[in-house]
Amino acid sequence: MENLVNIFVKSVFIDNMVFAYFLGMCSYLAVSKTVKTSVGLGIAVVFVLVITVPVNYLIQKFLLEEGALVWVSEKLGDVDLSFLSFIMFIAVIASMVQLVEMIIEKFSPALYSSLGIFLPLIAVNCAILGGSLFMVEREYANIAEVTVFGLGSGVGFLLAIAGIAAIREKIRYSNIPDPLKGLGITFIITGLMGIAFMSFMGIKL
Amino acid sequence: MKALRKQIDKIKPHFEKGGKLSMFHSFFDAVEALIFVPDTVTTRGSHIRDGADLKRVMITVWIALVPAVLFGIYNIGLQHSLSIGIEPVFWDMIWFGFLKFLPLALVSYAVGLGVEIYFAQIKGHEVNEGFFVTGLLIPLIVPVDVPLWQLALAVLFSVIIGKEVFGGTGMNILNPALVTRAFLFFSYPKWMSGDSVWVSGMVKGESIVDGFSGATPLAQAAAHQVESMPSALEMIIGTIPGSIGETSFIAIMIGAAILVFTGVGSWKIIVSVFAGGMGMGLLLNTFATNPYMELPAYYHLIMGGFAFGAVFMATDPVTATQTETGKWIYGLLTGILAVLIRVLNPAFPEGMMLAILFMNVFAPLIDHYVVEANIKRRLKRAISK
Repeated sequence: MENLVNIFVKSVFIDNMVFAYFLGMCSYLAVSKTVKTSVGLGIAVVFVLVITVPVNYLIQKFLLEEGALVWVSEKLGDVDLSFLSFIMFIAVIASMVQLVEMIIEKFSPALYSSLGIFLPLIAVNCAILGGSLFMVEREYANIAEVTVFGLGSGVGFLLAIAGIAAIREKIRYSNIPDPLKGLGITFIITGLMGIAFMSFMGIKL
Repeated sequence: MKALRKQIDKIKPHFEKGGKLSMFHSFFDAVEALIFVPDTVTTRGSHIRDGADLKRVMITVWIALVPAVLFGIYNIGLQHSLSIGIEPVFWDMIWFGFLKFLPLALVSYAVGLGVEIYFAQIKGHEVNEGFFVTGLLIPLIVPVDVPLWQLALAVLFSVIIGKEVFGGTGMNILNPALVTRAFLFFSYPKWMSGDSVWVSGMVKGESIVDGFSGATPLAQAAAHQVESMPSALEMIIGTIPGSIGETSFIAIMIGAAILVFTGVGSWKIIVSVFAGGMGMGLLLNTFATNPYMELPAYYHLIMGGFAFGAVFMATDPVTATQTETGKWIYGLLTGILAVLIRVLNPAFPEGMMLAILFMNVFAPLIDHYVVEANIKRRLKRAISK
């Protein structure tokens, strides 16, 4: 239990997808104009991560890893299919995003239209593929840990995008120099937020 | 005074549009506004609620900082005398501290105001008092021996990237003084942490007294050398090594009283930051596994920069939350985070700076949800009637 809490805190604050690895920047920058939409997108990302990371974990564990196919037959013990991992992971992610899209369209048409093209684009959001690849790299022990890691990464992204959206709403009427209006100032804010997130760097749980 | 007024009126035409010195008009405005009340009036709509303008607010904070400055100057001298083992003589210590403090303040003001005046000039607005307090806060939160060029660079960064690109005073999202310190801290860690930077002259190896340690109470606590820490009384008075303005709890509390009495600083934020820190300290006491966690909870409030941050940094009306409920949440979380970072993060002995920066980032989000909740509650009331 304690272990799971540690993984959660670590993936939300210390290994934050946006501020520690600068992943998922495209939807982070494009959809963060209002808090409401960005929270919608953040929750979609959480949902997709929570499902895809464990599913990909199972695929990795029972299909792709070296020696993963032993359960089919003893002869396949030295087969290593991990070169297929990218394509498999992306396939899982894309189908999950399709599902999320249908759910949002059915239950919240307003959110659906305000997210626009960025909803299907979650499929190529590198925070989500990153989640699956980090899952492989960090060698989590069991499926519970992996699920918690997926949840934590998603919540970290949600926190980041909601935070910057609130700041962007606040500075909407600021007298920002013309060349920096829009994306320019957003990049600067992201950098400054990164400094604030460094407070968690180095915590060993 | 009259003669000065005449003199200024005489040279004023040179600085107006078309005059030969018109390129310096922002600088002239700044000097004139500092000495006299400017003779220009607002042309577009009135926005006066009270006589409290930016100048008065800033000067109030400035006065509230004076006790911390004076004690800081005294403490520079005291720590220096202790480290080299000379008899502490009051006026010598004051003079020594003054000579150490002055260059830091001068560099901070010169660079910061230089940038402000430059931006006012190219953006065509008037210079305001926005840097007045920041300029004094910066020398108070750095170690005494920080090289001046590093300080200048950090001030340059924080005023341009932290403030002017957002549109100047009142628009920034992070506290510029803390951005300066964070810049120094992450860029030049050698000069900003360790045991020798807090006492003047120790970096150059001037310390000759055996057994004198320049370690701050925070560093000693982090190293679990609880028995060698200064007593609580010493920490409250402030005769300990540390950043220039942060050591004396008493001096800071005098400042806090001035801020709260004049209504410039929010008492809600000050109280809730202390409550958050105290609560977290007590919680850690309950689950204590090492000597640092066992430390009495109130120690966290009097050592390091906790009090200074709570009183002068967290209450910054620009970067803190604006809503009244939001202030409680913001303060509590700041206090909790500061103690958490101190105790649980071995990379940083002090957590106050980063805790406040972190909460600055999320202050707009807190405000957003407080406002949303208000709207929802009132909507319900309106509908049910």
